[in-house]
Amino acid sequence: MRFFEYESRVVTAKVGIPVTRHGLAKTADEARRIAEQIGGPVVIKSQVLSGGRMKAGGVKFADTPDEAARHADQILDLEIGGHMPRGVLVDDRAPLRREYYAGVVWDGIRKLPVMLFSDMGGIDIEEVAQTHPDRVVRVHFSTLRPVSDWQAKQLITSLGISGSALNRLTPIVARLARLFLAYDMTLAEINPLGELQDGSFVALDAHMEMENEARRRQHALLHELGVGDEETRLAREPTAFELAGEQVDAQDHRGVAGNVTEFDGDLGLVIGAGGGSLTLFDAVRAHGGRPANYCEIGGNPSVRKACGLAKLVLEKPGVDKIAVMMSIVSNTRVDIVARGVIKACLELGYDPAEKIAIFRIPGAWEDEGFKILRRYGVQYADRTVSLHEAARRAVESIGQGPMRSSEAATADGAAA
Amino acid sequence: MSVEQVGPRAPADGLFIAVEVEEWAVRDRELAAKLAEVCPVDIYHAGARGIEVVREHLDECVLCELCLNAAPPGAIRVIKRYDGDAPLRA
Amino acid sequence: MSILIDEHTTFIVQGITGREAVNLVRECLDYGKGARIVAGVTPGRRGRDVHGVQVFDTVAQAIEHQGAQIDGSVVTVPPAFTKDAVFEALENGIRLVVIVTERIPRGDVAQMVELASERGARIIGPNCLGIIVPDVVKMGGIGGPARDAARSYTPGPVGVISRSGGMTTEMSSTLTAAGLGQSTAVSIGGDAIIGSTYAELMPLFEADPATDAIVIYTEPGGRMEAELARRVLETDSRLPIVAFMAGRFMDEMPGMSFGHAGTIVEGKEDTASEKVARLGEAGIVVAEEISEIPSLVQDRMASGTAV
Repeated sequence: MRFFEYESRVVTAKVGIPVTRHGLAKTADEARRIAEQIGGPVVIKSQVLSGGRMKAGGVKFADTPDEAARHADQILDLEIGGHMPRGVLVDDRAPLRREYYAGVVWDGIRKLPVMLFSDMGGIDIEEVAQTHPDRVVRVHFSTLRPVSDWQAKQLITSLGISGSALNRLTPIVARLARLFLAYDMTLAEINPLGELQDGSFVALDAHMEMENEARRRQHALLHELGVGDEETRLAREPTAFELAGEQVDAQDHRGVAGNVTEFDGDLGLVIGAGGGSLTLFDAVRAHGGRPANYCEIGGNPSVRKACGLAKLVLEKPGVDKIAVMMSIVSNTRVDIVARGVIKACLELGYDPAEKIAIFRIPGAWEDEGFKILRRYGVQYADRTVSLHEAARRAVESIGQGPMRSSEAATADGAAA
Repeated sequence: MSVEQVGPRAPADGLFIAVEVEEWAVRDRELAAKLAEVCPVDIYHAGARGIEVVREHLDECVLCELCLNAAPPGAIRVIKRYDGDAPLRA
Repeated sequence: MSILIDEHTTFIVQGITGREAVNLVRECLDYGKGARIVAGVTPGRRGRDVHGVQVFDTVAQAIEHQGAQIDGSVVTVPPAFTKDAVFEALENGIRLVVIVTERIPRGDVAQMVELASERGARIIGPNCLGIIVPDVVKMGGIGGPARDAARSYTPGPVGVISRSGGMTTEMSSTLTAAGLGQSTAVSIGGDAIIGSTYAELMPLFEADPATDAIVIYTEPGGRMEAELARRVLETDSRLPIVAFMAGRFMDEMPGMSFGHAGTIVEGKEDTASEKVARLGEAGIVVAEEISEIPSLVQDRMASGTAV
């Protein structure tokens, strides 16, 4: 879950890392007032959850409060990466002597967090790492023992930094590493970390992301920042269809029948589980099919939830048929899913044999499941029919042929 | 939630599952309580007049036979409507 | 032969009284030669039993009851309690911990893995279904009830490693149908940080005389496929590897994650297409469909050369 810059600044300041004077403005007037309070040149920065703000014109400099208001007015209306800004940050434009970079990320291979530091701040760190690999230094640190200042000190000195800069940078980098662990971040970076003319340091921009799985235990911090439980902070806002999917899944605590993502095709998908859904979605597209949605069934959901999910997909405008497919199940039951999807068809007044393009879920309780499917005349397949073959049959049954695969390959990303 | 008392001639029907309770067992409140406890999907409800069946939950039946184990032989029938009305545990 | 576990492996189940754990115990006891589940642990439930397995309050009590060191533990407790349960297992000398629980924050997983490494122990998972040695033993819910597991898994020469529990079974079933059995199949888990990656399990399979080839299921997110590719290029493995990559569509949807928590793409190397390229450079063949895997494995085993 990504934080806005103004939220990341709060977190940064909270752990004692100096930040420039700034304020969040939602109107041009507010921006003017903040600029007056700061009383000098300011930077106006769009608050969007998207990179490339500078290139998109979302960051502008102002010498007077009036200019600040004019820029704010413009930026508040500027869409960046498909997002409208939540406000603008009006930030003191401090004259800098030098820009540094400090960051902390996870290393999934070493399975440890790693502190990164560079004396080439202000630009994308991945770029620096490629063009000037000797100017980015890094060190892994333990999650079991408390982060100690010497670890940051040793890292910073490896770039040849000494004197008062070293002594002022050390606690900043160590505090960043501590907050990374304390707040379950997956990314915490200050870029640029500016050295002012007087030799002191301030965070001029901060970017933080928190692990979704930790939202519950970080509730206090999220509450303090004003982040609501309903804010998903995904790359795009959830659609009404996706929110309805969440409601289906929330009906009871048995299993999963949800994780819905909307696409713009005509083949409805009721698929599972995690890996099976990824494989099947690819397979449908590989055969020229145009999925109307992505979703996941798993963990043995109730008939009611399977039914609710199937209904949601069947009722989506433009959906002609649904394909019900999973990798071999061992926990989820074939008969329970079969009941759910057939019930969905019947309750909507459809013939299951017509509406279900194919049912391919082999595994637990399949004999019982196949009895139900035969009773309603639904086309089904056992494990001798591969996931890709099942997907091919589903695509064929709604009249989408491999002929159209070239156009389908580009059309489907549209909902992204 | 629609609960109804059922007897042998008035089975409670879901789309896939039906339950029949013999007349001699239907007013047995002790049995009703036992059934309500063992059923993992809450098909049985212990009502003031004995065994009641929650119609909305019938199709959630997982064929676990726990109700059949808890009841005296022949007291309850769980019927698979999708399988030619075959009783669970013939 | 096998890796990680065999018929003699003793293990406990932490969180044994939970609904899913009760099923898991039944399945493991029934499968193959019958797992040696020597005890269960759920705090406050000492004295109960689950399918004949005695329940204790602590891991220490379970070991005392056993009168000998216990080899492994399957941990299936809610995410907020998992770290504590795994620490308890590790500090009581357990050397193989299978973590079933999903939605554990990465910081907790990193701590568990770090402690395991300090204690010389191994973690499989989190967010996994465990390990199966066909017809011999399974440790975890992998393959489901014994009867179902027996339909999908048969003994043979292929080692299977998968980030998806369900796809471990799908791939193994496909291999079985083609007459290719499995030496050991490991569901390694779908999270961003896991106890054992492909590259870390490779030396075990290389040392196992029963294994002649490896099949892996991979997804976008993380660098463990790149790690495997690097290992294959740098070491002289005797085992050919066939891979399958799911979630290719995610490359068109940056910032979104599907299927498993670990599919979140956090760097340029994490995408499906980058991974397919890395694996290819290392000579690892990437199947377009699951059904192609058996013939690709047979070809590579017949040619007798590792990738």
